[in-house]
Amino acid sequence: MAEPVLAVDNLATHFFTRDGVVKSVDGVSFTVAPGEVLGLVGESGSGKSVTGFSIMGLIDPPGRIVSGSIRLKGEELVGRTEAEMRAVRGRSLAMIFQDPMMTLNPVLRIDTQMMEAVHAHENVSEKAARDRAVQALAQVGIPSPEERLSAYPHQFSGGMRQRVAIAIALIHRPALIIADEPTTALDVTIQSQILAEVQKLCAESGTALVWITHDLAVVAGLADRVAVMYAGRIVEQGPVDDVLDRPLHPYTHGLIGSVPGDSLPGKRLMQIPGSTPSLGRLPPGCAFEPRCSRAVEACRAAAPPLMQGAGGRAYRCINPVSAEEAA
Amino acid sequence: MSAAISTPTPARGEFARFAARFAEDRVAVIGLVLLLAIVTMALLAPFITPQNPYDLGKVDIMDSRQPPGAKAGDGFAMWLGSDGMGRDLLSSILYGLRISLTVGVLSGVIAATIGLVLGLVAAYAGGRVETLIMRIVDLQLSLPSVLVALILVALLGKGIDKIILALVVVQWAYYARTVRGSALVERRKEYVEAARSLGLSHARTVFRHILPNCLAPVIVIATVQTAHAISLEATLSFLGVGLPQTEPSLGVLIANGFQYMLSGKYWISFFPGLALLLTIVAINLVGDRLRDVLNPRLEK
Amino acid sequence: MLAFVIRRLAQAFFVVVAMVVLVFFGTYVIGDPVWMMVPGDATQEQVEEVRRTFGFDQPVYMQFLTFLGDVLRGEFGRSYVHGSSAIGLILDRMPATLELAFAALILAIVIGIPLGLFAGLKPDHPVSRGIMAVSILGFSLPTFWVGLMLIMLFSVMLGWLPATGRGPVISILGIETSLFSLEGWRHLFLPALNLALLKISLVIRLTRSGAREASLQDYVKFARAKGLSPRRIIGVHILKNIMIPIVTVLGLEFGSLVAFSVVTETIFAWPGMGKLLLEAIQRLDRPLIVGYVMVVVLLFVTINLIVDILYSALDPRVRLTGSQS
Repeated sequence: MAEPVLAVDNLATHFFTRDGVVKSVDGVSFTVAPGEVLGLVGESGSGKSVTGFSIMGLIDPPGRIVSGSIRLKGEELVGRTEAEMRAVRGRSLAMIFQDPMMTLNPVLRIDTQMMEAVHAHENVSEKAARDRAVQALAQVGIPSPEERLSAYPHQFSGGMRQRVAIAIALIHRPALIIADEPTTALDVTIQSQILAEVQKLCAESGTALVWITHDLAVVAGLADRVAVMYAGRIVEQGPVDDVLDRPLHPYTHGLIGSVPGDSLPGKRLMQIPGSTPSLGRLPPGCAFEPRCSRAVEACRAAAPPLMQGAGGRAYRCINPVSAEEAA
Repeated sequence: MSAAISTPTPARGEFARFAARFAEDRVAVIGLVLLLAIVTMALLAPFITPQNPYDLGKVDIMDSRQPPGAKAGDGFAMWLGSDGMGRDLLSSILYGLRISLTVGVLSGVIAATIGLVLGLVAAYAGGRVETLIMRIVDLQLSLPSVLVALILVALLGKGIDKIILALVVVQWAYYARTVRGSALVERRKEYVEAARSLGLSHARTVFRHILPNCLAPVIVIATVQTAHAISLEATLSFLGVGLPQTEPSLGVLIANGFQYMLSGKYWISFFPGLALLLTIVAINLVGDRLRDVLNPRLEK
Repeated sequence: MLAFVIRRLAQAFFVVVAMVVLVFFGTYVIGDPVWMMVPGDATQEQVEEVRRTFGFDQPVYMQFLTFLGDVLRGEFGRSYVHGSSAIGLILDRMPATLELAFAALILAIVIGIPLGLFAGLKPDHPVSRGIMAVSILGFSLPTFWVGLMLIMLFSVMLGWLPATGRGPVISILGIETSLFSLEGWRHLFLPALNLALLKISLVIRLTRSGAREASLQDYVKFARAKGLSPRRIIGVHILKNIMIPIVTVLGLEFGSLVAFSVVTETIFAWPGMGKLLLEAIQRLDRPLIVGYVMVVVLLFVTINLIVDILYSALDPRVRLTGSQS
């Protein structure tokens, strides 16, 4: 395999609040190969978005990356100054946000917001920047881009706005895009269009993608590999088909069971009992243990280490789901 | 402050909780203590001041324009100096505070009453009555209060009653707008419907059910408005169109010192102004905290 | 857009008419102006003479129509004190007042926005707490007293700036202004600062809350993700968003600056129309008072119109809805 575009190693991002330290991300490791799509899955509060923002260097106080390493194309990002991070952001590393209604500045025209993205990293003329903007809009499938360029965000539909945001993210042909639930706020029909569009564009430009979502169905259709997060840790990762077909971690198993489309008609949907734990007060052992039907005594004693499985799979569980049970 | 008089006495536990929440903000507590001290000193002025500044027999022109700390002819120390007519400034300020506070509180109470009634009528009657009242309120609020008050006292003439009237005119609309706003919210609530379906009279519904629930915002407005009224009265008196020399409020005292300012005798204007500032700051601090405690979502 | 402007004009017209009615009944019906205009020892005949000359013997509605006619011709009679046209006197003094109010507005923006931005973007910084404390104090300070203290400090004690009057004026395009000489600025600074004080506090508060709100928005995070510099994010993305409420409020506050200039002009002996009003009030010069009120009302209405139009120019969302309705 080629050198990974992104290598996150043992990343820990904590928030130092008045009520104590919240370990939103605690020991997360994964890699993304060039052109690969990684689905980062978890419930809200599992730390998946914080992971994304940590990679972008957009963690604000009281939050802080306390340890670990993030290497983009071999270069370390952790510990860089704000100015050094700024040189990377938007150029080799871009991000798309969840709500397209909120990510575009309502009082600035689209051309302003696109051209400033060009100018942030390249010293080109107004004309050249404008041409790039037109190209980028055309690329994401916005009709008559030259006219639309002088519109304001509120004159676009939600799906169109997300396309604009994607166009901005793609404008410097970054090596990696982090997409933080970019389809969650959209209509279902628009969702699949955007998904297909992003998949196509990334494949064309060789851009790798970290797709953050809570929706396993999206991951199944889009990702090459998947990493499942729970309470600030990756509890299982591996090739998407393997993980979804034969989950090893009980949490992954539970997640898959709770997706309506995946179970047979008439069969009861599975539920994971309980709710996500407070990140401020995690149990000493496995964080999932209180909700886990497969928990054993040892689960309470210490957090399970990362175990390597066959076919590039990894999981944190001492009593994994067997292949027969998974089916 | 002014409307606090008409607050229904809450249950003891409720009041204790309210006081505890108020006390969470140390600065507000300081403001409250300061305010109470100012009010007490103003009330007790005849007993604690070394001199009655109105008693011409006690005032000696030889003592005029003495700097702070100087000894008066009668032997007492004039801690804040004396004014152009030989009056001890500290005594004048405490007496002046009585007038300033009276004007502020009285105009506030009257304006609050008028505003309450009109606001309730607007909210409860609706239709054309409401439109008419609110149009007048909007017109009133669109004009700067200092100008309205200035023109009014110009027409009415000097005197404490006239200035109170002018201050009532510039203040009532704030109360009316606030009361109408909260009354409209209350009116839609179920218990008002219930009260009406029980066959209670309109007046009873308004005064027993809607009014008590509008009081919290009124109290907050009242503190801010009282501070504003005191400041406005001082401004008008300073400009020479407010209170006459025979009723020397803080504004009049400051105006009297203005002529000596250019010769460096700062204290004649400075100390009355400082007293005015402390009073207003104290009221505003209390008001800010009341706003937070009573109603987090209140427009200023 | 046209419908919007027409509707606003109609509203403005309503306000002006309401004010004309109020002013008429306020000044001409309450109290008898005749006693102001005749000498104290006038005979009954002389009083009646004046009454007839000024039409005060007419029924109220006739007097009102006469007054309305005067207003339409832009005439409010002659000043009792100066003997010349009231409106002419006011318009003569207006440039000085507008200059003062405008300078105060600029000061409020130049001082208030940077301080407010700092306090909003770094809310926990000790300097921010200081800024907020000062702005709370600014709301409580009695303007006139601060004016006195400014004179005492900068004119009497330090001797840096003149305490009273306006600097030399130059006529530019028929408008007299003192903005083109150092001496003019030296005279302008203290009164403008005094007048601006409340507005500085206001701008600080508005800017701070706006900046705090805006800096938490996703579009700011997205702008950072694009790799924009903090200068561009604050100067364009945040500032343009918070300018909308600031411009609206400041525009509306310009009227109150003009009104408050009565106080400032009196303290600093600034020869504007506010000082003229105060003199008119002290001498009960009614035509002058009426003229002032009408001029200020017209000024207010015009400012409100301009603010509305500016508002729609700044906020694209308003522009759209404006054109649809």
